[in-house]
Amino acid sequence: MYTSRKAGVDTGLLRFDKMAKITLNVNGRKHTLDLDPTTPLLYALSDDLELRGPKFGCGLGQCGACVAIVNGTAVRSCITPVSAAEGKEIVTLEGLGTPENPHPIQKAFIDQQAAQCGFCLNGVILTAKAFLDKNPKATEGQIQQALSSVLCRCFTHTRMQAAILHYQKVVSK
Amino acid sequence: MRREARNALDRRGFLKSAGALVVGFSMFHRDGLAQFGGTAIPGSPDNRQLDSWLAIGADGAVTAYSGKEELGQGISTAQQQLVAEELCVSFDRVHLIYCDTALTPDQAYTSGSQSHPANFNHGNLALACATAREALVSMASQRLGVPAARLSVTDGVISGGGGKVGYGELIGGKKLNLTLNPAAKRRNPHEWTVLGKPIGRPDMAAMATGQFEYVHNVRLPGMLHGCVVRPPTVGTSVASVDEDSVKDVAGIVKVVVRKNFVGVVTQKPWQATQAANRLKVTWTPGVGLPPQSDYYSSLRNQPSQDVLLVDSKDTMQTLAGAATLLKATYNHPYQMHGSVGSSCAVADVQGDKATLYSPSQGVWYQKTTGAMILGLKPENVHVIFRRGSGCYGLNGADTVSYDALVLSQAVGKPVRVQLSRKDEMAWENFGNAWTIDERVGLDAKGDIITWEHEAWTPSRGNRPGSSTPGNVVTGNLLGFEPAPFSPGPAQEPRAYNNGSNGVPSYVAGRVGGKDGGTGTVKSEKALVHNLKSPFWTGPLRSPARLQNTFAHESFMDEVAARVKADPVEYRLRHLRSERVIGVLKASAQAARWDTRPSPKPGNSRAGTVTGRGVACVAYEGDNGYTGIVVEVAVNQDNGNVWVKRMWVAIDAGPISNPDGLRNQAEGGALQGMSRALGEEVTWDNEKVTSVDWRTYHSLPLGIELPPIECVLVNRPDDEATGAGETSITVVAAAIGNAVFDATGVRLRQIPFTPERVMAELKARG
Repeated sequence: MYTSRKAGVDTGLLRFDKMAKITLNVNGRKHTLDLDPTTPLLYALSDDLELRGPKFGCGLGQCGACVAIVNGTAVRSCITPVSAAEGKEIVTLEGLGTPENPHPIQKAFIDQQAAQCGFCLNGVILTAKAFLDKNPKATEGQIQQALSSVLCRCFTHTRMQAAILHYQKVVSK
Repeated sequence: MRREARNALDRRGFLKSAGALVVGFSMFHRDGLAQFGGTAIPGSPDNRQLDSWLAIGADGAVTAYSGKEELGQGISTAQQQLVAEELCVSFDRVHLIYCDTALTPDQAYTSGSQSHPANFNHGNLALACATAREALVSMASQRLGVPAARLSVTDGVISGGGGKVGYGELIGGKKLNLTLNPAAKRRNPHEWTVLGKPIGRPDMAAMATGQFEYVHNVRLPGMLHGCVVRPPTVGTSVASVDEDSVKDVAGIVKVVVRKNFVGVVTQKPWQATQAANRLKVTWTPGVGLPPQSDYYSSLRNQPSQDVLLVDSKDTMQTLAGAATLLKATYNHPYQMHGSVGSSCAVADVQGDKATLYSPSQGVWYQKTTGAMILGLKPENVHVIFRRGSGCYGLNGADTVSYDALVLSQAVGKPVRVQLSRKDEMAWENFGNAWTIDERVGLDAKGDIITWEHEAWTPSRGNRPGSSTPGNVVTGNLLGFEPAPFSPGPAQEPRAYNNGSNGVPSYVAGRVGGKDGGTGTVKSEKALVHNLKSPFWTGPLRSPARLQNTFAHESFMDEVAARVKADPVEYRLRHLRSERVIGVLKASAQAARWDTRPSPKPGNSRAGTVTGRGVACVAYEGDNGYTGIVVEVAVNQDNGNVWVKRMWVAIDAGPISNPDGLRNQAEGGALQGMSRALGEEVTWDNEKVTSVDWRTYHSLPLGIELPPIECVLVNRPDDEATGAGETSITVVAAAIGNAVFDATGVRLRQIPFTPERVMAELKARG
């Protein structure tokens, strides 16, 4: 007989019934949530705050779909405890711009029609933005390195890289 | 099978074929066309009625209803262009609604590269629009007292003879009450002003700014969250579930056990994940899995259900009398859809009624099979398509829809379920594994005089169709069986059908006294052995077509090299289809093809060398045409293969949106590259082991990309064909052929990992 998964294992990580008031600063607004502090930031953003930008892709920090920018750095919100983001400035895809008034990097993606299903766009755009804002003079090789663990399974790579290079022209001016 | 013949099949034929195995799934796509004129699933708007397709508001704005959904492939934009073009209104005046079982015509699956042919030729949405425009002009003619021939339409306003009247004024808000008119004239493609233009996707801005609602973002009042507990190994059953193991979990609502289906429902999604991880389930031992190391050779010794595609009955004699005999075996692994977002669905089952928000490619089949799972009447199940992460075929969308239905029914409240990465990857319906033999006989001049193709491919399950929920894992865990496997000998082919590209492009394809193929070789045989698979399988972008084409096009290259012929010239010698010849020549021309035999003379046997390869195909025999040339660099010290450039020519008939077509061609080419170089499902003796992005290798975004030049061959006077699965079909063969050109080493097994390349290079010496 087989017994499944982590059945019966009761580690500290699995204790999640200790709720705490946690205040998050998301896209310039403060939200106080009653959460288990070990909850990944992604769940606070996509479930409690019902934001559509950050997405669950793998839950393992491997694909990038969940990325949020925390204090200027792209983080994998699916493996970042919400407690680690408290008091920091969190920016999600909807925090950059709107369809009517998109941020320059969003505009570059729209202009290049750089998506198919669009599910990965959150991680692609935020990872590239956080990197280029800090490294506006990065080489193409360095940009690729920054995107080396971001996945697009529609393989819209050509247009996405073009859109990112277009944004680099904007930030490096 | 020609398109007319396919259209003539009735829905019953379609449903019958739904249970068949590999050729079954190719038939499956194609026979999906049969619905038009057939009987729709009860409760769906009547496909023959104009009002099922179009509504015109008092302000003249047009609402169009389609049964073909947007999956990320851009078809909703093209459909909006089609409606605008045919009705002579501006693009922005058209609102498109697709795939809601209560609102839109039942157009079966959105799959098999059938949306473009189904809705852009002389039927369905295109015909509805043409019927409406003619009817409106006729009404205007009566209203204005001006002959219809003297009227013209500009942006929904009909004018002529000094008068004018708008669509809104003529019919706004009222039903048209007409049946589709088969004689209605489409607008002349040479005069298109909206179709054929590179109009940007209306959903792009919402996607790029995080506003777009995916199924993952659907939130219903009182909604709870579910998580499933899948078996730890293949072929196990539930022995016992210890519900007490999660009784202390915060937010726990219910543990749900139905036969071998196990799941939990909680207040919040993270709680559901935690509860599923903590739930103690005891399982019986699994059935065990065959060793992966000799899986391909094991396929040859199993009971099989055989399908004969062509057989001129003279291949054995012709092979025996040939001046030269060549043969080779090609292997292709199980691969996965691997959607970047794991699959998600939201269900709300209340009493005897259910509403399902599903990313399935077959909402009408979710209605009927969902009803079977719930024990409800199909007419009480309402399925609304919401886009998921790109699926590329039968990913976890159908199975997670069942998960959501079952869990919602158990708690009587709306439930959202999103699969874990592991549950998505271990249990999705993988693209089938294949082992393929190719044999040819050559005459004294080196031309092919006979070609035999023999393939072995295992499958289990498929799309659920209208009545087989056991074709995906959740249905099976609930006690429904997958479509039965019935071994048996092949029947004589009754009609030519190259829907799975089992027949190479270079043979005549003679069935029933008619040549249906695209080539010249008259002595021909193509035989498929369908086998049982231990894993779930189902259509993955270019199913069977890609694997067969890898074998055919690699082998054609081997034959050309053997007779020291140029690979393009040698292909042209054996082709008769103008459209295949067209794309082959167009890709070669774009690449400035260097005419000479392979391998490339003068390449060193150490260090990095370059080479070029070509491949072409008539996708499904007649549903889209592609030629490709790739240039590769091979590092002979570590076995790394890198694609340096690609040139892709595509002919999909009249181009509906050139930028959308280019996006599909580019994405297909790179997805094909990822599948050729790295993607392979792996397993141990009891379970799948490629269950995340460390163990299943997809090329990430951050790579040095090959520039891709697309040549879009526009054929305004031909029928619209499929487009999205064309370029991916030819990539693996072209890369393998380029590696041969560079190194003299032939790669016959996908993926072309550095280890495999090094092994071949060592064997070469």
